[in-house]
Amino acid sequence: MFRLPVERLDELFAMVSAAQTLYIPADGKDSRAHYTKWEEGIKLSNALNTVRSAKDFFFPQTTNLCDFNKKDKEIEIIDNRTESEDFVVFGVRACDTRSFTILDKVFLVDPVDSYYATRREHGTVVTLACTEPEETCFCGVFGIDAASPEGDAACWIADGYLYITANTEKGEKFISLVSSLLEESSDEAVEAQKKATAEIMSRLPFNDIDTSYFRKNTLLEIFNSDHWKKLSEACIGCGTCTFVCPTCQCYDIKDYDTGCGIKRYRTWDSCMYSDFTKTAGGNPRTSQVERFRQRFMHKLVYFPDNNNEEFGCVGCGRCISRCPISMNIVKVIKTFGEVQ
Amino acid sequence: MQEAVINRAKELLADGTVNRVAGWKTGEFSFDTTPAVFTSAEELDADFVYNDFCAPNLSKYLVKESRKEGKLLVFLKPCDTYSFNQLVKEHRILRENVYVIGVECTGKVDAETVKLKGIKGITSMESDGENVTIHTLYGNKVLPKSETLGTKCATCKSKKHVAYDELIGNDGEVDEESKRFEVVEKLEAMTPDERYEFWRGELSRCIRCNACRNVCPACTCESCVFDNPDSGIAQKAAADSFEENMFHIIRAFHVTGRCTDCGECTRVCPQNIPLHLLNRKYIKDINKFYGDFQAGADTISKAPLNDYTFGDCEPSIVYSRGGNE
Repeated sequence: MFRLPVERLDELFAMVSAAQTLYIPADGKDSRAHYTKWEEGIKLSNALNTVRSAKDFFFPQTTNLCDFNKKDKEIEIIDNRTESEDFVVFGVRACDTRSFTILDKVFLVDPVDSYYATRREHGTVVTLACTEPEETCFCGVFGIDAASPEGDAACWIADGYLYITANTEKGEKFISLVSSLLEESSDEAVEAQKKATAEIMSRLPFNDIDTSYFRKNTLLEIFNSDHWKKLSEACIGCGTCTFVCPTCQCYDIKDYDTGCGIKRYRTWDSCMYSDFTKTAGGNPRTSQVERFRQRFMHKLVYFPDNNNEEFGCVGCGRCISRCPISMNIVKVIKTFGEVQ
Repeated sequence: MQEAVINRAKELLADGTVNRVAGWKTGEFSFDTTPAVFTSAEELDADFVYNDFCAPNLSKYLVKESRKEGKLLVFLKPCDTYSFNQLVKEHRILRENVYVIGVECTGKVDAETVKLKGIKGITSMESDGENVTIHTLYGNKVLPKSETLGTKCATCKSKKHVAYDELIGNDGEVDEESKRFEVVEKLEAMTPDERYEFWRGELSRCIRCNACRNVCPACTCESCVFDNPDSGIAQKAAADSFEENMFHIIRAFHVTGRCTDCGECTRVCPQNIPLHLLNRKYIKDINKFYGDFQAGADTISKAPLNDYTFGDCEPSIVYSRGGNE
């Protein structure tokens, strides 16, 4: 365990950003936290989490896949990838950090998504332990410890110091990059903070929601349940929940006519949208009930079925605070749990 | 208030006037309410709420609900009745299938406004009309209700119900002193470059979730042009981020003269973009160039942009106001 006084955080950021691009959660003009490229004067936000999740760094909302230029009868294909520089994301919370391992299971299995893989390879994730969870947090339900985040290196801010320890080789590299600022330290303050946070976590309103229904009952039982109709009744079919979600990974690929060629890009898609997975053959989900059901079946049934029982949710709570009509995954889990 | 509302709903269900009731349901927290349809007295007793947290506008749901079998009872706040009228006017709501009860409103508490004051971990809130008691994981706080209102309520234009079959509680007045154009005036006073910077700063946060469009009572096209893959401007993120900024400007133009200023767009935006300012700018301009007009105030008047009069301003107004600079 190493540490440095919190007042010297700026020096650490400056040292990192001299070597690599550094992103930290900082308060925007709207007084909410957003990941921001660090430069002199940018301060680490006190907010628990950013409005958008950290998945943007590895799976951005839009990715330019390639360009096509047409000259006479020749079509030139241009690979315009630029993600070849190392970068650091600092201050990622435990929930978002776990979301990367979920996304890995989608994008890094065969066939490997080279766009995602390149970004993962070049990115170092430095996490920050939570001390003041919000009422919407329920990461504990998925076995995530907000007080001991994973990631390449993990940090704690306690008693006026930033404590840091490496979890991976990349994390060790990060620490050696800034080692001149750090001093070795005991982990007493960190352990005390972990205890204090654990106490708060145990009081969170969603701390003990029961997800077992989704592992005990068959896919078809859940799929055909009458609950979906009532649960989705007020859904306005926007994509807020999917776009603020750190684990939603569906995308669409589109061609943009630039006038002299084509820009082929991929963009986040949302199962809540009316044209989701629409093909020449038609639309497999023609009603909002079906679209709504898809989102929760994916997270609570299909994903764990395919990935050693791991749920496709990290309990970050963004969908809970952002849904225009306050419908969310916790209500879905509770509704099914209650009928047991 | 809630008790009176539930009792009246039960009566209307029992005597067969209606077969369904549209209202709000309690959420996981006392302050997160979800629009819901109730079909029995038991359901009403179990979940129905009408309190200082029922911000969602129910009018748009009536486009679908009024086409179902039987008559539906709906509770509308003053601002919601403007949306309702506008939708009736556009033949989107079948008026004869809806029984409207106007409910008194003194402004709704907005959790996001409270959170912006640095209050974390809110587990419940109670309002007595004057003050809001906020229970959090980190202790309790009390705030005057006036400091907890969402944008749409803090700049409310009218507490008067413009459509109803009956009322519960008092009817209010149109607020002639409303400060709703204050920020628009500030934006107007900016230089074009400053204004451009302001809007780029705000709109660049857009994630194209379409919450603003989907919640908007003026956006009821059967199929939106932004959902049509063949339009070349389909939803989701665009290749060029400037296009997403244009999306909001185009949408605001599309609802000009029909937008009642219900404020739902800004309430639901996950990125807290003050979208209502675009709409208010157009409302203010219409008032100025075509005479005062409030969309949804009635169901018969002709909208300024759908009507021609000799008094209409000329297209050159753009230039005379410096639009060519």
